[in-house]
Amino acid sequence: MPSTYTPPVFAHVPAPELATGEQASRPVIIVGAGPVGLACALDLSLHGVPTLVLDDGDTVSAGSRAICYAKRTLEVLDRYGCGEAVVERGISWRIGKVFHRDRLAYSFNLLPEAGHRRPAFVNLQQYHLEEAMLARLQALGRAEVRWQNRVTGVVQDDEGVTATVETPEGVYEARGRYLIACDGARSPLRGLLGLDFVGQVFRDRFLIADVHMRGDFPTERWFWFDPPFHPGQSVLLHRQADDVWRIDFQLGWDADPEEERKPERVIPRIRAMLGDDRPFELEWVSVYTFQCRRLARFVHGRVIFAGDAAHQVSPFGARGANSGIQDADNLGWKLARVLAGASPASLLDSYERERTEAADENIRNSTRATDFITPKSRMSRMFRDAVLDLAVDHEFARRLVNSGRLSLPTTHRGSPLSTPDRDAFSGSMAPGAPAADAPVREGGCERWWLDLLGGEFCAVYFAASDAAQAAREVALLRDLLGGAGRVVAVGEHAPATVHDNAGLLRQRYDASPGTLYLLRPDQHVAARWRRWTDDDVAAALRRAQGVEHAA
Amino acid sequence: MPLETGARLTQPDEFYQALIDAHAGLDDEASAALNARLVLLLANQIGDLDTLREALAVARGASGRAPA
Repeated sequence: MPSTYTPPVFAHVPAPELATGEQASRPVIIVGAGPVGLACALDLSLHGVPTLVLDDGDTVSAGSRAICYAKRTLEVLDRYGCGEAVVERGISWRIGKVFHRDRLAYSFNLLPEAGHRRPAFVNLQQYHLEEAMLARLQALGRAEVRWQNRVTGVVQDDEGVTATVETPEGVYEARGRYLIACDGARSPLRGLLGLDFVGQVFRDRFLIADVHMRGDFPTERWFWFDPPFHPGQSVLLHRQADDVWRIDFQLGWDADPEEERKPERVIPRIRAMLGDDRPFELEWVSVYTFQCRRLARFVHGRVIFAGDAAHQVSPFGARGANSGIQDADNLGWKLARVLAGASPASLLDSYERERTEAADENIRNSTRATDFITPKSRMSRMFRDAVLDLAVDHEFARRLVNSGRLSLPTTHRGSPLSTPDRDAFSGSMAPGAPAADAPVREGGCERWWLDLLGGEFCAVYFAASDAAQAAREVALLRDLLGGAGRVVAVGEHAPATVHDNAGLLRQRYDASPGTLYLLRPDQHVAARWRRWTDDDVAAALRRAQGVEHAA
Repeated sequence: MPLETGARLTQPDEFYQALIDAHAGLDDEASAALNARLVLLLANQIGDLDTLREALAVARGASGRAPA
């Protein structure tokens, strides 16, 4: 039990349906109240969709789970209204150091660029994240979370899904038009649907120790290859909140997991790493192996998989919880539109297409990192060590060192929802990319750009230099978007309301006067033009909404 | 032309995976022979003897251990 944290025990309330014999009915049932289930509930709450969240436990996540939340995830949490709570509670970092044997090979800065609200990463124990998300969910008041509610059966028909729910007092049925399975890497739902979950198993074992100590290590990610205190293996050190440090020791495949988690084995390893006799306490110890795998399909009729239930990666790169929350970001608005009848159910196919693409990217990156950290042959190890030797003096080799390519959001290239570019643009804001942040001014106040975009469609218009033309085009865009979203005009004079005083927005979006971006509710770029007509915008909007072309 | 050791690989992770994959299933001797052929091919691509001599010197000196 951690000394720095007492987990809450959530009161179990007997389901009212047990007395009435009725079905519990909500538009969406979410199975699992971890970060991904809570993100789905938050996203749907913001779109006005009531959800029933069922979790078989009675508290937040125990022990060492996710700890690193990437910039894009923090931006999604900002949209949900709990980003600030997470960032304030957590530890912001962006410097990483890589050591080889007894020396520093090199260090890197994940976000060397200024003008972003959120840092490259925040480290925070998963239980703190879940508490922040739960608090926000309760404040929104549209989701009901039921603890000690275990789903043991799922039946679907043309109209919806019926789940059998076991509770301490008995069994009841819950009915939803859709069910989202966010029940983790061991997903019982996957088993209930009889789905294969195959991939690559890595023949290696790792010891995780979360240690409470007064460390004077800086707030950086430190990764050692073959250090003197743990020869032949790798070690990772990360700081979390409350003076808790995550230490990850590679043990090799032959290590005995039962023996290695005993304090008398763990403490000397940590002592050797610290190199002195400072006091520390073990908060959590576990020995794990990992796999990289995903479901072939994420959407199975009216049951939709998200997070670890759908895809699993090695921990190197922090791509588990981050990609799961980005699944929710991608799914929420689509499901809300389908439930409202605003888009056909086929819009959900784009969730599967985009998020399987993201899962493949994450699996590819995490597999490569794992292959670098655990070379599978003598030659592979020689190349690995050669890269590390050369990295001390030579920049090219630093790019080859792979101790985990840290989570970046996927740009959904070739998404069916995106309109391909017709005009030439440079930079990274291509169709399918998540919108970049920048500091701007609005109404005389300093604001962050992403906060102005909202959670619906958004037309971002860089105002034409001619004020009359700009006013005409803003009015036209408002007509075109109608109730689907908002128009944000950027420029120095009315009708523009957002002033790009630092010029970073123009730069990051490679915008010129008259440039228009159409953003999706998850803030990914759907389309962009330097010159556009109302037909262009209307067609791109229909396409991004998954609505068939009229012609 | 001087030896360039700044970042030039456009897709470093893809290259590294291709390099490791090329050795898959080979024993040590076959792997070493592959490396020898690869070095010769890349040397021919570079062409310039001064550049190659510089690369040889860097490679000889870079090991964290004493040169073998």
